[in-house]
Amino acid sequence: MIDLHGFGDQLLQGALITVELAMASLAVGLVLGLLGAAAKLSSIAPLRWLATIYTTIVRGIPELLTVLIIYFGATIVLMAIASQFGYDDYIEVGPFAAGVTALGLTFGAYATEVFRGALQSIPKGQHEAATALGMGAFRKFQRIILPQVWRVALPGLGNLFLVLLKDTALVSIVGLDDIMRKANIAVSSTKQPFLFYATAAVMYLLLTIISMVVVTWLEKRASRGMRRG
Amino acid sequence: MDFSVVVEYFPRLLEGAWVSVQLVALSVVLGALVALPIALARISQNWWIKGFPYAYIFFFRGTPLLVQIFLVYYGASQFDVVRESILWPILREPYWCAIIAFTLNTSAYTAEIFRGAIQAIPEGEVEACKVVGMTKAQMYRRVLLPRAFGIVLPAYGNEIILMLKGSALASTITILDLTGMARTIIARTYTPIEIFLAAGGIYLVISMVIIAIFRQVEKRQNRYLGTVSIKVPDKG
Repeated sequence: MIDLHGFGDQLLQGALITVELAMASLAVGLVLGLLGAAAKLSSIAPLRWLATIYTTIVRGIPELLTVLIIYFGATIVLMAIASQFGYDDYIEVGPFAAGVTALGLTFGAYATEVFRGALQSIPKGQHEAATALGMGAFRKFQRIILPQVWRVALPGLGNLFLVLLKDTALVSIVGLDDIMRKANIAVSSTKQPFLFYATAAVMYLLLTIISMVVVTWLEKRASRGMRRG
Repeated sequence: MDFSVVVEYFPRLLEGAWVSVQLVALSVVLGALVALPIALARISQNWWIKGFPYAYIFFFRGTPLLVQIFLVYYGASQFDVVRESILWPILREPYWCAIIAFTLNTSAYTAEIFRGAIQAIPEGEVEACKVVGMTKAQMYRRVLLPRAFGIVLPAYGNEIILMLKGSALASTITILDLTGMARTIIARTYTPIEIFLAAGGIYLVISMVIIAIFRQVEKRQNRYLGTVSIKVPDKG
């Protein structure tokens, strides 16, 4: 058996943080993605521009840089805003909050394109039928459009989630105690870098496999109504 | 905010950008060379041949690039065999470790892109090659690979941009690439927002140049198709 020098528990705690970070960023990213897609398909030009600027910038700069900008920048920006309201104490943005913001923004930018494609793939007749049945805009979206968008978008979102899962490792650089940082700590006390980074790699692989299984299950579930096609 | 620091340190940022471009160019070229045999082996029907490329691609696409860099840079030094070998002068240098890690990483993604492109070629063309009596090697050299090159371009351009963004991780092993340079400047000036935004702007410009170049190459390579566009399977 591989001897982890008692750091096994620490690594598992790190894995928990990694999963929490990934799930929180996923939630933020899905909301941003839907908003972004709605803005890109909107008839209001400034909204379209805003969404295009958002996706171009976020997709064009490295994820690591996004994490660093949010982590170091958010404190400065928040303090500047707070001082306008007469609050002058130090505000600290923790690595977890910064990580969720940065990874959520990144996921949202890519998800915007996935959702846009899915929204556009829904035939006009579906919209017309819903309206003909007397559904309002919100009910139509909730009952008719969203379930179908979900089915079309799932494979794309699944891929994005796998990318997100790997990007969580970047937040260790600003000090979040995830798998990667726990491995760093173990390395500095045991001087066995290969052992611990290889263990970290295996843990990420396992998380990837679990995510793939879940996504496949969700895809099957979402296309229940399509199986007899 | 005070953007005069950006003006003052802009030449240093450009120095860093040049290192980033070098890292990306070298690893993308080496990565493509490694990827081709892997893609060809991955297509094989024989499990003994496709088993290794399958595991290779799964490992490098399933783990974070950061872990891979640390495995090469810090991990290799755990073994005395490595430290006493003739490769040590290379594995000691952060620059070459980054190149090795990036090359391995991008080769796994590129192999999948190549495989998708080769498999996207219509069956009829393969049959036509067989009918005119080409050997397997001739078929690959004369028909499949040139055809795959045209199909591969859009997805390959994306991969290079992903590599450019991944290259920022070189800064974690003390390399002064664009991100590393920005962090060094910030440690001196305490102006994170200004300098990081400037670095982000430079990354954006580099990716736009890459996109423009690929659009030109694509136009040239696929000119025989007229206005027909080709669909390439999305990368995972």
